[in-house]
Amino acid sequence: MDVSIFEVAGPIMIGPSSSHTAGAAKLARIARQIVGVPFTHVSFGLHGSFAKTYQGHGTDKALVAGALGLKEDDERLRQAFSLAEKEGISFDFYEINLDEMHENSVKMTFFRTDGIESEVIGSSIGGGQIVIRYIDGFETEVTAQSPTLLIRQYDRKGVVSDISTVLANNNINIGIMKLSRLERGQIASTVIETDDVIPQEVVKSLEELENIISVKSI
Amino acid sequence: MYHNMEELLKLCEEKRAPLWEIILENEKKLSDCTEEEIWQKVETRYEVMEESTKRARKEPLTTAGNLISGVAFAQQFYSEKENTICGSLLNRVMAYALSCSEVNASMGKICALPTAGACGIVPAVLLCLAENKELEHKSVLQGLMTASGIGAIITKNATVSGAEGGCQAECGVAAAMAASAAVEMNGGSPRQALHACSIALMNVMGLVCDPIAGLVQVPCAQRNASQAVNALISADLALGGMESIIPPDQVVEAMYRVGKLLPYQLKETALGGLAATKRGKELFEEILK
Repeated sequence: MDVSIFEVAGPIMIGPSSSHTAGAAKLARIARQIVGVPFTHVSFGLHGSFAKTYQGHGTDKALVAGALGLKEDDERLRQAFSLAEKEGISFDFYEINLDEMHENSVKMTFFRTDGIESEVIGSSIGGGQIVIRYIDGFETEVTAQSPTLLIRQYDRKGVVSDISTVLANNNINIGIMKLSRLERGQIASTVIETDDVIPQEVVKSLEELENIISVKSI
Repeated sequence: MYHNMEELLKLCEEKRAPLWEIILENEKKLSDCTEEEIWQKVETRYEVMEESTKRARKEPLTTAGNLISGVAFAQQFYSEKENTICGSLLNRVMAYALSCSEVNASMGKICALPTAGACGIVPAVLLCLAENKELEHKSVLQGLMTASGIGAIITKNATVSGAEGGCQAECGVAAAMAASAAVEMNGGSPRQALHACSIALMNVMGLVCDPIAGLVQVPCAQRNASQAVNALISADLALGGMESIIPPDQVVEAMYRVGKLLPYQLKETALGGLAATKRGKELFEEILK
């Protein structure tokens, strides 16, 4: 039997819905980690079932809670709006059509204190599981189930090989790797899920590689 | 090790072991965790379950539109009376299940079993039975192991999603999980436990998911209460010697096929059943607009 008993008994979560509440909180929490810098405002574009039923399921509170870094089982989730106010973070919700995306999808725009806007789009796919589909326009597939590296690099020959060499030298096995770019020869994005925890010094070594713009570990 | 109930039963009978022991062995191999770590994770879930069976029996909780606020409190009060029809155990088990549903709907902390909408059934059955029979704590944890293992087989071979299989796949599967656990907790054999699982699923085959205003409240709370009772009576029927004429794995398959045959209006979309009644639509407007 390859289904764990803890897939059945779990997750431990704040109700009422694993997809509309727990999954929503996780989406925003992972998006916050991806953005990785302070922000003052978040805009949530709700698609499909998220747009139709968000209030009844507390999807709105769950999203704000996640953006504040609260976990899916944190009882403060219900008070997310007042917690956000205390932290000086504002937010808004609007309806959006994300075409072929999953019924429970959200586009999150973080207005950062450095003046830059970061955009993360993801879906809550059931049972509290999520997948992040786009980061700043780059197509991706982050499920946040294993340690993940998010790398932005210049689209040059040999960069991917350099990255995998650093990981191999540090005894880190790559589980899934996804590359995408908006335009040939410009900026590219690499997402790597690993079987092993990624130490901070590995992140540093990756940052020091030629043609690497940024490295984040979540 | 095993892929279905028949193979699981064969292993139990070969090793003369209860279901929970084989399920635990499988989990050890699957997760690379030690036995102690697995029991610790089970204990953590137990604690959340126990708390959610209590909270709404002590005081009414606020839920969106307040469709089920206070139902657990009222049922607890009634269950303590002498002149109930079903007696103390069945009335109490319903109060426990309603409490979990109310906690869930009020954005409180619950453990999905197998889903958030069905989170009251397994806790209500396991905890009430343990209290009623004065069972040791470890017996409840073993019951939770059995229930989760049965749920894992159904997840693998069918579905536990209301959107895919209707309420039979959520509350019905929870009843089947709880029925198996109840049989073992009461000294029954693995074979009897699996037949209890079958009987519980037979009793609920075809039940639709039609939540009013799309909220996880009505009829979810009522179905948590009634499916907790279904688990107990199915366990008693199996312990009394009833066997399912259709083998348990085939009952699971039938439930899955029935779920596929159900129109989408009756699978969590709130477009059919109670949700599509005149009052159901009015409530949608009142609460969500």
